[in-house]
Amino acid sequence: MADVSTTSGGAPSAAADSGVVLRADGVVKSYGKRRALDGVDMTAFAGERVAVIGPNGAGKTTLLQILAGALAPSSGTVSVEGRIGWVPQQAALYSKLSARENLRLFARLERVADADEAVARMLEQTGLAERADEEVGRLSGGNRQRVNVAIGLLARPPVLLLDEPTSSLDPRQRVVLWEFIGGLAEAGTTVVFTTHHVGEAHRYADRLLVLAEGRIVFTGTEAQLRASAGGADADFEEAFVALLERHSA
Amino acid sequence: MRWLFVKDLQVLRRSPLLVALLVAYPVLIAVLIGLALSGGPAKPRVAFVNLVPAEKNTFSIGGEKLDVTTYSDQFFEAIEPVRVKTREEAVQKVRSGEVLGALILPADATDRLQGAINLSGGEPPTVEVLYNAEDPVKRRYVESAIEARLADANQALSERLTKIAADYLRIVVDGGRFSLLGQDFNVLGLRKSGALLRSAVTSLPEGAPERVALDQVAKFAQLASDNLDISEPILASIGTPVRVKQTVVSGRRTSLDSFAIAVTVTISLMFVTLLLAAGMLALEREEHAFGRLVRGLVSRTALLTEKVVLAAVCSFAVTVLMLAGLSLFVEIEWSRAPQWLAALLAAAVAFAAMGVAVGALTREVRAASLLAFLLSLPIAFLALVPSGTVSDGMFDVVQAVSAIFPFKPGLQALDAGLNNAEPGLLRPLLHLTALALGFGVIARIGLRRFDR
Repeated sequence: MADVSTTSGGAPSAAADSGVVLRADGVVKSYGKRRALDGVDMTAFAGERVAVIGPNGAGKTTLLQILAGALAPSSGTVSVEGRIGWVPQQAALYSKLSARENLRLFARLERVADADEAVARMLEQTGLAERADEEVGRLSGGNRQRVNVAIGLLARPPVLLLDEPTSSLDPRQRVVLWEFIGGLAEAGTTVVFTTHHVGEAHRYADRLLVLAEGRIVFTGTEAQLRASAGGADADFEEAFVALLERHSA
Repeated sequence: MRWLFVKDLQVLRRSPLLVALLVAYPVLIAVLIGLALSGGPAKPRVAFVNLVPAEKNTFSIGGEKLDVTTYSDQFFEAIEPVRVKTREEAVQKVRSGEVLGALILPADATDRLQGAINLSGGEPPTVEVLYNAEDPVKRRYVESAIEARLADANQALSERLTKIAADYLRIVVDGGRFSLLGQDFNVLGLRKSGALLRSAVTSLPEGAPERVALDQVAKFAQLASDNLDISEPILASIGTPVRVKQTVVSGRRTSLDSFAIAVTVTISLMFVTLLLAAGMLALEREEHAFGRLVRGLVSRTALLTEKVVLAAVCSFAVTVLMLAGLSLFVEIEWSRAPQWLAALLAAAVAFAAMGVAVGALTREVRAASLLAFLLSLPIAFLALVPSGTVSDGMFDVVQAVSAIFPFKPGLQALDAGLNNAEPGLLRPLLHLTALALGFGVIARIGLRRFDR
């Protein structure tokens, strides 16, 4: 039985008592006979940065969509403490509207108390204030991604899910985005992100979650992954590949 | 849902080409249909060669002169004549496309007609028709137009000859003055002859042998006058031997013009609504916003409802504008506005529901638009197939297919709203409501597959 539950405000939950703000238990997602996710259990704590990494088709995007509530699991439960912000892999924006209009629309749909204040705040934080009234379709990929991230943060969610947030950004823009995300985490926001760049995962995540063929095959820190796969001095990328090979064998 | 509605209106406002097409298309159609209906059909241009010498334009029957130009003028009531002098000139005009066809009246036309009337033997006159056969449709049109007009002229001439023959018979029966070859004759007539004979018989002595013979002649005169007396209506029937009495057993009593308006508006409503509803729903996925919206911000049912309302309201407004445009050319009963507005609204909602079903099954605006367009044409075509033009079994299939799409009930509702046509307004409105719900369910199921 699939179940996605969220709590907000002061209602404490078992997760909140232990500092857990996001929990997935036995999440399964099936497409016909194929299982994209096969009994995934995971947790994320307040202010933690969790990187979900894995090969193509491992189920990273599916997991984030289920955590975000955009996709219903076939079975299993997801519980979230408070609101959850979601930044999908492809910029989910209306290209005929300006950045400001997109933000205002989603602020209203999210029922943010002061939509105009939230829009102004996000435009300022993402450095888009000067281009706020340009149609999104005319913005660069990097700026579109900034608007995409800004929408995910409009309601000041305690948990932010980012699916491949840097895939369309140049190196300079990536650094700017990770600094911004780091600032959010320092302010207490839990950030769960997927990435193909394992370097980003070990640089910007507090904890790694390795997904392969729909299953969690490793949960821990960067150092723990190195130690388990190739020793403390091993190259991180090599250790990651070794882990996957060991799992597939 | 309100903010989504505002967003969609903003998107439409930023798409001026799309909006211009959606508005201009029905308005243009309205103007074209309006001009076509109010202008009436143009007369086909036909070259006419009259080779009959001027002095032979008349022929006589029973001392009465008839002018052949009287009948040719009648022919030109429905055809614009381009008068030429020779057959070659007529052929040239047909070949060049300046005229659709040519009609050649031979030089011996009146002589032959006179001969036929006098029963002096010989073939009746033959007019020659030329036309350009490069285009089968044009050829059929010219053939039909000329043959119909020739039939009219033949009938008019026949009626005139019949009247003259009837006048002769009247003189034979009742007597009177009669001219032949410039000489006047006074004809006694069968009735008066009979009376004179009966008077003569009474003046003869009883048993006179002449009395029997005269009595037989008097009886013959009586018999002939009695029977010839009814020959006039018999002759009159020759002009139009078969008369037509038309009775509408079932179906509409709408005029062709009014029905054409209903068809035009329904087709425009279908295109605008389907394209808008399907396109706007598909846009949510093309922009990747669908997932973001349905994760608790808007329910899928609310999203579908918003698209249905948006498409129905926009297309309703456009088609009301279209009807207003058409009312400049043809009469539209504004007193029936509540009925045809209700029909338009119900049809718009049903088409919009079908549109979101199409949009739910596609991921891109282009695919949604193409699918909506591909579905529209056969649906409209099938709904307009009249009974009797295909086999019974095929017609049942056509009706069944038409019944599961909103075009036919939409057309029936609008026809009833505009023209008070059968089967009335209630049944198609209920039909449209059922289809709107049905397509809404299909759309909702279609969206579910994106949850997988």
